[in-house]
This record gives sequence, structure tokens and C-alpha cells, in this order.
Amino acid sequence: MTGTIRLVTVSHLVKRFTRGGFLRRASSVTAVDDVSFTIDEGETFGLVGESGSGKTTTGRCILRLIEPTSGSVTVRGRDVLALSGTELGRARRDMQIVFQDPYSSLNPRMRARHIVEEPLLIHGLGGRESRRARVAELFGLVGLDPGHLDRYPHQFSGGQRQRIGLARALALNPSFLVLDEPVSALDVSVQAQVVNLLMDLQERLRLTYLFIAHDLRLVRHICSRVAVMHRGRIVELAPAAALFDAARHPYTKALLSAIPVPDPDRPRHRLSLDADAFDSRAPLRQVSGGHWAAVP
Amino acid sequence: MLEVSHLTTVFDLPGGPAAAVDDVSFTVQDGETLGLVGESGSGKSVTALSIMRLVEPPGRIAGGRIVFNGRDLLALPESAMQAVRGAGISLVFQEPMSALDPVLTIGDQIVETLLVHGQATRAEARDRGIELLQAVRIPEAAARFRDYPHQLSGGMRQRVLIAAALACRPALLIADEPTTALDVTIQAEILDLLREMKAELHLSMLLITHDLGVVAGTADRVAVMYAGRIVEIGQVGDVFHDPQHPYTRGLLASMPGSRPGERLRAIEGAVPVLGAFPRGCAFHPRCPDRFEPCDHDVPDAHEIGGAHVARCHLHRKATAGQLS
Repeated sequence: MTGTIRLVTVSHLVKRFTRGGFLRRASSVTAVDDVSFTIDEGETFGLVGESGSGKTTTGRCILRLIEPTSGSVTVRGRDVLALSGTELGRARRDMQIVFQDPYSSLNPRMRARHIVEEPLLIHGLGGRESRRARVAELFGLVGLDPGHLDRYPHQFSGGQRQRIGLARALALNPSFLVLDEPVSALDVSVQAQVVNLLMDLQERLRLTYLFIAHDLRLVRHICSRVAVMHRGRIVELAPAAALFDAARHPYTKALLSAIPVPDPDRPRHRLSLDADAFDSRAPLRQVSGGHWAAVP
Repeated sequence: MLEVSHLTTVFDLPGGPAAAVDDVSFTVQDGETLGLVGESGSGKSVTALSIMRLVEPPGRIAGGRIVFNGRDLLALPESAMQAVRGAGISLVFQEPMSALDPVLTIGDQIVETLLVHGQATRAEARDRGIELLQAVRIPEAAARFRDYPHQLSGGMRQRVLIAAALACRPALLIADEPTTALDVTIQAEILDLLREMKAELHLSMLLITHDLGVVAGTADRVAVMYAGRIVEIGQVGDVFHDPQHPYTRGLLASMPGSRPGERLRAIEGAVPVLGAFPRGCAFHPRCPDRFEPCDHDVPDAHEIGGAHVARCHLHRKATAGQLS
């Protein structure tokens, strides 16, 4: 691993949500429980898990869209959690997020041109003309027709809306993108277009991705390394090929065996998971080079 | 058991009537699972609602025949159709939370179903209801009987819906995206349950989904829908290993799988929306194999071999070539 630069380091990240408290005794839920991993520059790091596993909360804590309870996050060596409001604003130019649902994440009353331009305005970048030119450039970059700049979100298809979300995320020229289920709301025949676009953009712009997804087939396709989350903790972390071919943790094995495979001849041996059958507090240990699992 | 012929269901939109289901024909044999695959707007759910005669305005069934166990459902009076729903054909929806009444216990809801269809007396209904919950593998069924829907997980709620759907011993179960809202491990459990129920109760099943993986593991035959029409139908093995319609081929080829890191083979363009379906073969603007007739002629169904049928002009060309 010579020449790789560590872009993101997440250490002992914890996020506890408290609910109740008024007339009721407050109770807390630990959504992210002592999560640590690193992301190298230019790689696609996958974070997979089911609903409630903490994968989305982890992504948002890294960008401080949610304030973590404890732990540390560094991006390019800078301690993100220690940044003040204005410093954080500046740091956010370099790290952006693309949300799952292209239907609800775009303001329906804004023209596409203004949706993409907004981050430039917020950060006070460029004059009117240079912003105009930049928006047209971004439209081209994500494969949208610059003739459609004045349309509203509802005039675009789901795949095109997700491209608008990407153009907006790329407006400030970030190097790190959190992609939170970026294609799961799209029709099957359109998903591949957006996946290809993500891979092209990564190559052209030297982007680093944190790819949050529940679709394991897709994760296998585009991620270099993958962490599996279960109930707020990482239970296994490995290069994609090792994880899919030689999973060690019972939860990962159950998850992999549940993937519906589009091949009618493939035998199905679903492993059911008995959550009590493994120690949910077991620490990660290295089982082979770069492959970590929370197994005894 | 179920024979749908030339079913056409239109929606009266401001711009004129638009066929959400256009000349759709298929059968579901006794004890078989037919998978109905399609993307948003393909007409797969409207097909299910049409079979149940639950299409609401601005939609209406404009033509065709739906014969279930020898009876033409479209000719039945509404009262007779009500008896068919539940006791003959039952429907399980995608969203278990919205299909259950949040203010009634799950026990009450199952008892209600049994009583409405005269499947049990009030005295028997409770025992029968608990049996049903046990049948769908709900642990501690008697205790769960008193729970409200929000107290159950998504997977358990879907089990309750399946129990309710099976309460009146239907011959045909229509499952419309029954696992789409669920996590992958729960999805696998529910699919296993549906397979077990089907075998135990000798059910026939129409499984509607957008996920080719779900169909591959669950269905005997598969029908692929695009923009209101069935474009390909056949045995699951034939369709997956030797797809004959460019849309089916494109869908299968676009799935991530064999070659990590490489570009996926995407289908260009977007899924058409109702009211703006392209003329001729609706797939032609996205089709890599389109030729002269595709943008104006609706292709006929061409038999490939066995019961494998594709609606594509390429096969007309192939047949014509062989003849000359």
C-alpha cells in the first residue's frame, strides 16, 4: 500500500440519541457504538448494514450534519469535530453528501440552475457570470442537457434528479463525497447509468467516496473496502473481495446468504441469524491482511 | 386456474385515456408461482388491482377477460366479487403498516376477516386466529394477538398481513412487492415463508416485484412488463438464461455482478410515464436493436419455443428470414 494517502480517519465514534425526558424518564439509544475506520484518497469505502444499523448516522456524523456524542473524525488531518462554525463551513466545501431520495431532497420550487448554483452563493464564490458558467459546466459533467437548466425538479426523471443532486454536491469541487444510498430509489434500468456516472466522476475528479448502501451486489461492484455494521457496531471490515468470498462474522454470512441472486439455478442456502449466537461486544481483530472481524 | 386475456385498463387523464395495462394476457396454473416483473409505471400493480376489481377512478377496466376457476370475474356482480376477494383470491401489499389498522389489535383484525367471510363463529375465531399467526411463524402468537401494529417489527407486520390474507384459504395469493420495504435478511425470511405457505396450502401465487433476484429464487415462470405490456414471458430458467426481448436482456446485463469495478452495461434513457408511452414498441427509444417497424408498429407476441414468448419485431424478422 505505498503511495496511498489517508483522507478520512474515524476513531471511536459514538452517537447516542436521547428521547423522552419531559414527563417521562429519558432513555437513550446508541445508534453508533465505538466505530473506527479509515478511508484512503481515491477509494470507495462501503458501509453496509440493515435499517437501524447506524450506517446513515455514521455518514452524517462524519460531515457533522449530526453532532457525534464522542470520538474523533479527521479529514485531511484536520479534526472535523473541533472546527468552529465558520471553519466547519469552509471545511464543508471539501466534503459533500448525496442523498438517497432525489424526489424529496431537491427544492421543488427552485429551477435546476438555482439548485446547483446555491452552494456557490452560500459560500460567496464567483461573480454572476462565472457562477452561470460553472453551473452549465456541472450540468454537462453529470450528463444533463444544459438546455434543461431552467426546468423544475418535477420535469426531470428520477435518474436525472439524482444527477442534479450530484451536480449540486460537486459545485464546490469537493474531494470527498458521502453517497447515502444514491441509487436505491431509482428504477432498476436507470441505476446502472448513475453507478457508471459515479465511477466516471471518481476517475475524472479523483474523488473519494463513502458509499452507504444496503444493496450488497452493488457494494461488491464498486467498493474497494467494505465495513459491515450491525446494531451500531462494525462487525467486519475487509477488502471487498475478501468480504464477499471469505466472510468471517456470522452476521455478514447471514446477510450475504440473503442476497436475492438473479440466477434461478443458483442453489439457495440461507443462513438464518440467531443474534444471541455471537458476542455483540466482541472487539474487531485482524483475521488476515486488512481483514478484520468481531469474532473470537 | 387464472386466465387473463387481453386485459386493458385505462386511466382517464386530462390529456385523454392512457392504457396503464395494455392487452395483457397470461395464466397462472394450479400450484404455480408466476412472477410479474417491472419497473415503476410498468402496469404490474394495476394488473393486480384489475384482477381484484379494485381499480379506482380515474382508472377503469376497458376490456379483456379475467377467468378465475371457470368464472369470468369481470361479469360478476359486486356482491359475488366480494366473496371472491379473500376467499378465492387474496392480496398482500407492500406496506404492512398502511395496510393494517393502527387502532385495532392484530388479533381483532384477523378475527374481523374471519367473521366477514363467515370462516368462523365468534367463539372459534380467536383460536383460529392464533393458529394462523402460528402458521406464519410468529413467536408467542397468543401474546402477539393483543399487540397493536406499531408494536411489531416490519417483518412481523408483513407476517400478520400474510396470515390475514390466508385466513379464508384462498386458492390464489397475489403478493404485490411483499418484501420491498424490508431489510434483506427479513426479505429472505418472508420469501421463505411464502414458499412454505404455498407448498403447505397448495396455493397458486402471482408475485409482483421489481427485483429480478426475488423472482429467480421464488417463481416458476416470469412475465416481464414494460409500459403496460408484457414483453416477455416464459419459464424462469429460459427467460433468465436466454432472454429474448432487448429490455429483459438489458435489465439482466445491467445488474452488478461478475466484473467488479467495471462500467455496468446500462440501459440508456428513462422509464416512460403513463400518458407519454412511446408509440409502436414502447421500449424502442431505449432499444439498442431497434429497426424500421419499431417506432410505429406494436409487435405481436412471437413464440420462441415451449411457452417462451417475446413481443419484439426482431423475432418476426428472424422468422421471416427462416421462411425465405
